[in-house]
Amino acid sequence: MWFEHNILSILIWLPVLGAVAALLSKGDKAARLIASGFSIVNLLLCIPLYLAFDTSSFAMQFQENHLWISAYKIHYAIGVDGISLAMIMLTNFTGLLVILAGCQAIKVRVAQYMAAFLIMQGMMIGVFAATDAILFYVFWEGMLIPMYLSIGMWGSSNRNYAAVKFFLYTFLGSILMLVALLYLYIQTGSFDIQHFYSLHLSMHVQKLLFFAFLLAFAVKVPMWPVHTWLPDAHTEAPAGGSVVLAALMLKLGIYGFLRFSMPIVPEACEYMAWFMIVLSLIAIIYIGLVAIVQTDMKKLIAYSSISHMGFATLGCFMMYEIIRRMSSVPDAYMSLEGAVIQMISHAFGSGAMFLGVGILADRLASHSRQIKDYRGVAARMPIFAAFFMLFAMSNVGLPGTAGFVGEFMVIMSAFQAHFWIAMVAALTLILASAYTLWMYKRVFFGPIVSDEVAAMQDLNWLETTNYVLLAIGVFFLGLYPAPVLNLLHVTIGHILSLSMPA
Amino acid sequence: MISLSDFLIVAAILFGIGIAGIIINRKNIIVLLMSIELMLLAVNTNFIAFSYFLGNNVGQLFVFFILTVAAAEAAIGLAIMMVLFRKSGTIEVNKLDLLKG
Amino acid sequence: MYVEINLLSIAVVLFLLPLAGALIAGLFGKQIGRSATHWVAITLVGCSFLLSCYLFAAIVLLGHPPVEGVIYNWVTTGNYHFDVAILLDHLSVTMLFIVNFVSFMVHIYTVGYMADDPGYQRFFSYVSLFTFSMLILVLANNFLLLFFGWEGVGLVSYLLIGFWFKRDSAVDGGLKAFIANRIGDVGFVLAIAAVLTYFNSLDYHTVFNHVPAVLGQTIRILPHIHAHVITVICVLLFIGAMAKSAQIPLHVWLPESMEGPTPISALIHAATMVTAGIYMVARMSPLFEYSPAALSLVLILGATTCLFMGFLAVVQQDIKRVIAYSTISQLGYMAVALGASAYDVAIFHLMTHAFFKALLFLAAGSVIIALHHEQDMRKMGGLAPYMPITYLTFAIGALALAAIPPFAGFYSKDAIIEAVHLSTTPGAHYAYLCVLAGAFVTPLYIFRALFLTFHGKKRHEGAVNESPWVVLVPLIALAIPSIIAGGMLIGPMLFSTPHLLGDSIFVLPQHDVLTAWAVDYKGAQTMALDASHTLPFWLAVSGIAAAWIFNMARPEWSDMLKKRFSWFYEILIDKYGFDKFNQVVVVQGTRRLGEFFYKVCDLMMIDGIFVNGSGRFIRLFARVGRHLQTGYIYHYALAMLLGLAVLLGWFVLGF
Repeated sequence: MWFEHNILSILIWLPVLGAVAALLSKGDKAARLIASGFSIVNLLLCIPLYLAFDTSSFAMQFQENHLWISAYKIHYAIGVDGISLAMIMLTNFTGLLVILAGCQAIKVRVAQYMAAFLIMQGMMIGVFAATDAILFYVFWEGMLIPMYLSIGMWGSSNRNYAAVKFFLYTFLGSILMLVALLYLYIQTGSFDIQHFYSLHLSMHVQKLLFFAFLLAFAVKVPMWPVHTWLPDAHTEAPAGGSVVLAALMLKLGIYGFLRFSMPIVPEACEYMAWFMIVLSLIAIIYIGLVAIVQTDMKKLIAYSSISHMGFATLGCFMMYEIIRRMSSVPDAYMSLEGAVIQMISHAFGSGAMFLGVGILADRLASHSRQIKDYRGVAARMPIFAAFFMLFAMSNVGLPGTAGFVGEFMVIMSAFQAHFWIAMVAALTLILASAYTLWMYKRVFFGPIVSDEVAAMQDLNWLETTNYVLLAIGVFFLGLYPAPVLNLLHVTIGHILSLSMPA
Repeated sequence: MISLSDFLIVAAILFGIGIAGIIINRKNIIVLLMSIELMLLAVNTNFIAFSYFLGNNVGQLFVFFILTVAAAEAAIGLAIMMVLFRKSGTIEVNKLDLLKG
Repeated sequence: MYVEINLLSIAVVLFLLPLAGALIAGLFGKQIGRSATHWVAITLVGCSFLLSCYLFAAIVLLGHPPVEGVIYNWVTTGNYHFDVAILLDHLSVTMLFIVNFVSFMVHIYTVGYMADDPGYQRFFSYVSLFTFSMLILVLANNFLLLFFGWEGVGLVSYLLIGFWFKRDSAVDGGLKAFIANRIGDVGFVLAIAAVLTYFNSLDYHTVFNHVPAVLGQTIRILPHIHAHVITVICVLLFIGAMAKSAQIPLHVWLPESMEGPTPISALIHAATMVTAGIYMVARMSPLFEYSPAALSLVLILGATTCLFMGFLAVVQQDIKRVIAYSTISQLGYMAVALGASAYDVAIFHLMTHAFFKALLFLAAGSVIIALHHEQDMRKMGGLAPYMPITYLTFAIGALALAAIPPFAGFYSKDAIIEAVHLSTTPGAHYAYLCVLAGAFVTPLYIFRALFLTFHGKKRHEGAVNESPWVVLVPLIALAIPSIIAGGMLIGPMLFSTPHLLGDSIFVLPQHDVLTAWAVDYKGAQTMALDASHTLPFWLAVSGIAAAWIFNMARPEWSDMLKKRFSWFYEILIDKYGFDKFNQVVVVQGTRRLGEFFYKVCDLMMIDGIFVNGSGRFIRLFARVGRHLQTGYIYHYALAMLLGLAVLLGWFVLGF
């Protein structure tokens, strides 16, 4: 088809164009309409992308390549493989949800809000599509700016602290990644990521590069102990910002591990695998325990996100141990695919829960996020309570919902790596149900706590639409994940073969 | 015969007086401007001396440039000083510490 | 071939019907109204029940070979295929029959019990959803789908215990049930992972066929401790079963689950869901048979549960709690049967128990609605003349539970006692003592409940009327199998060749207690008539007599006993301290640990020292450095001059 040659560019820049249009529009209503329109079109554009994608090839598809800065051989080079495609579709889906939710919740500086999120969406698609390291880096950092603004401008009381913390934390991490990329450029004479893969570096260099990448990606995931920006950023961000953070931005860290760390420095990854496994397990257990004692709903969900992302990192780095123990490569598929599925499924559950907190806060004059300010909501908002129960269950990892698939696959693989890894990882079954359902109980059940809660209105049509979309996602991924996995098989296989130590 | 070094010594003395004027002067900002002019003139003296002794006219050309710039600078400096006076009611150097950290 | 597809598609329709009912009741309940909701739900579950009758007839009675089929592929990854696939064999269709029968009765009963509840439609939706999940659990042909159903019933149980969500006790009970079950699920999930690791498949028959190959393998748990893979798998599986089937020490949730509406207590917390653990172990008999250690564990824990939870039932005042502890105790009996390798007997008791325990709960529910949701037995009494049918059916249930011939419970419980007697599994002697003592305790508590509720002086003020027909019909329908099921089924289930459960159950020859016993078995009638020569019978009779003496004839004696053995009474009232332990150690401990990690590690160490600490360090540096900036031009000029001098000096002199 005509657009096959530049569909990725369209996907990246259309939202940015939409942002400009929204900024130029007159009136809030027009901005909302324009933004929704652009994000719907962007989501629809994913359909032909998905249909035309060849799942039997690991090569980058829909490639575009133009020389950008000739002095350093930097190219505007983009393309997608299975993982990027899945993430791009997820980005567009989440983007639409956030815009729709923003239409309702945001009352001040509407056009700017819409523009910020549209630009963020474009940048994120760019990150997933970039095949040139510098282009990747530009998008990677570019995405921070709208996020920083959205926390700083539409956030709640302590927003300045959170915004600066978010920016400095993530920026500090990525600076070292830039150094690593420059080193790789000097070695290969190119910024093409594919060229990095064929480098044979000494162990010493690999370790240094590993740590440079680790800092950048671990902050994004976030892994323990560089996770403390996330609870603050989540709590202070507007609901839409939280959704993007949880559903997409965290995934960039895992994506980075898969795209950079593992294929470029496989020996170092294998060497450090135990370290990473231990960090992931700490994230799962320690953060799970921390989540139990939270009194702020958003903080609780933020901590639960960290705990869930622990599964994704566990799945990534466990593969070395599995290959060593089972001495067969196909066994490692489940581990990596589990990690990627966990990335995707987490977006639905936690995104929906963050939206839910936004919905609750909008209905209270104080916009409180404290659990104790709510009680007995189920009596007033039965539809919302039912939806939220579904997403809570996805967060708990109940079979049949999205949250189960990744967790299940990772625990299954964990047993192949080591009995105790599986044992510790499986404890999340208890912890996740404890913190999620205990929160659910305190917010939704029991007698109605105040007149304000008694006056709450159930979901309106826009919120219901959002939740129906998310519920479809949760059920689809939970009951029939095979299509998504089909997208991943060949790509995962390729990454596996690249990431095997020589 | 006046040698090159005599010129240079004079210029250095002039320059030193200018610097001393800037550092020691704590009272009036106009003195400051004058000291700067003095330093520029010291440099000009050097330029002319070198130009003469090395037989290169470019040095004298530079002097014209510098004189022009110095005139402009003095004009702008005085203008700034006027505004400053209007704003703060003083042109005493000791009182002007807006840059204090 | 034609028939097979037919049976499979029937099975698919069978489990989709309740799901459809749940969706209609849940999504459109408000629109279509109350009566339409219950008609839809009852009809769909009724159809499902008829289909399960058909399947039961086809496979068990007509001897159609077991059918297996894949519905769709759930996940394929690497070399592993996880399918949504079902298995119809003797065991699963028998369970289908039980589940659908009880569920159907409970659906009808609900119409009367929940008549004036505002959450009527929601309730039907949940109950149908439960039926769906339970059917999935039963029909699964692999561990994964089993886990789907397993968690599904757990979810619905949680929702239903907390059905009256404005009551804190109900919500807490639900949460406790869910978390206790999740503790078991950790074991279950690890067991599945172990199966996948060592068998490379999750399908039952692939796994069971490969048991010999895995038999010798060990797994390293600790540096110097190796355990047999099969034992590890079986113990982990049983941890899952312990939570679901309320075995010590994970039984704590079941009494709390009585906060839910009574139909639920009957359906989920007596007849079906709690027996899922028993079903699962029976299903895994080809694994358990090869692990004597795991069988011993099952046996000993089951025996302990059976006796000690029976004691607790004796001191309860809430009629539903009496039956709840009785359920735990009876589940202990089933576990004992499993441990003795008498899987058929366990399923047999599961079946009779499903009938009479559902009956007891529903009859108790009938009393509870008649007394306007009064559950305390101290406020009942003398109800027999007012509620004759309820009384009669409750009495039938009690007699069946007390194992009085020829009621259903007699056959199954006697079979368990006999099986343990003959068993050679380590721990069988202890278990035998426990089940014998249990045979005395069971009639004691259930007849205590019967006497306190229906006999003696009427202690409830206000009029009491018999319940409506929608409540009574299920009672009668359950009373019939509670009488006859035992005598009718003991022959086909335990002694005919092949057994009713056919090849679904695998028993090693050296564990086969039933064959040993079959020599003495001379038919159901003879067994009932000969009961008077057996010890369990006289224990049961003396249990009833004791209940009568202590509660009717000489109630002061029971007070005397309470005083005399007050320490023992205190322990029983404390429920052996499990609740306290959980509250103090588990709940508080977890929260303390969380607080410590959050406040000390996260906020103080990471955020306080490293993150904000680096910010503070830079500020401190700046605070000192700012004094260099005086704001005076002459200072800057001097600095420039000195700098110039230093640089020039360095340049010229070449330091």
